[in-house]
Amino acid sequence: MKTKNLIVSFLVLMIAWLLLNWTIDPVNIVIGAAISLFLSVVFCSNCDLFTSINLTPKAFAYTFMYLVVFIVELIKANIDVTKRVLSPSLPINPGIVKVKTKLKSKMARLILADSITLTPGTFTLQVEGDTFYIHWINVDNEDVEKVTEELVAKFEKYLEVLYD
Amino acid sequence: MEIMKLVGAIMLLMGSFSLLISAIGLLRMPDVYNRVQTGTKASTLGAIVSFIGVGLYKYDAWSDGNWIGRVIILIIFILLTNPVSSHVLMRAAYFMKVPLSKLTKVDKLKEDIDNNVIKEPGNE
Repeated sequence: MKTKNLIVSFLVLMIAWLLLNWTIDPVNIVIGAAISLFLSVVFCSNCDLFTSINLTPKAFAYTFMYLVVFIVELIKANIDVTKRVLSPSLPINPGIVKVKTKLKSKMARLILADSITLTPGTFTLQVEGDTFYIHWINVDNEDVEKVTEELVAKFEKYLEVLYD
Repeated sequence: MEIMKLVGAIMLLMGSFSLLISAIGLLRMPDVYNRVQTGTKASTLGAIVSFIGVGLYKYDAWSDGNWIGRVIILIIFILLTNPVSSHVLMRAAYFMKVPLSKLTKVDKLKEDIDNNVIKEPGNE
């Protein structure tokens, strides 16, 4: 859908402009809006990057909740890494496991793979369609369904609402 | 704003600690895969916390000297690019047959390539 692409790319550019300038001077905002509109019309009128984003109020709420879950997981990941690195016996138990995702859109899969990379002990090694191969620093399970439940489900339930 | 400077300095210290952990992890881990893991996670949070620290240290309401907005943009770029670049590093290492450590318990990707469930890239 063309208008949705325009709206999302315009908003992204506009927010970047405002953050970089950090001022609420009206002249500045008008210039930024004009440039953002021009760039999004010229470069993103045919791109399919944002086509699968849902722009509903529920999706905004879920974006926020997703960010909270993500930041908590990121901090947990670091505590986990710190413990493993500093303990003298180096308690690792690595392996490569397989998970399957229900998500269809490319963007949602990209975000899911990035999130898996930044959560405790897991790292996306290879993506083949709906199958992710994950390097896991502490393998306690090899079954595809159980690993999926443990690693992917917590992000998937938010991303399902954000992208269709 | 002395209190802002104090909080910013503490956050910079925490970020440096996280980066130190990532460096120690690089030295201690047994193989390239575990090294990339510790490197990515600790350095991502270390960079983010350091950036927030710098932003708070230079905090100055709505003036031009304020770095908060620029710092937020930097954090977004770090979050978008750091996992992707590390993923590419690890994937390249795997398909160049860099050996996994002896501690490795299971390798589903090798099983699937051997059973022809998926194709190895570059060998079509």
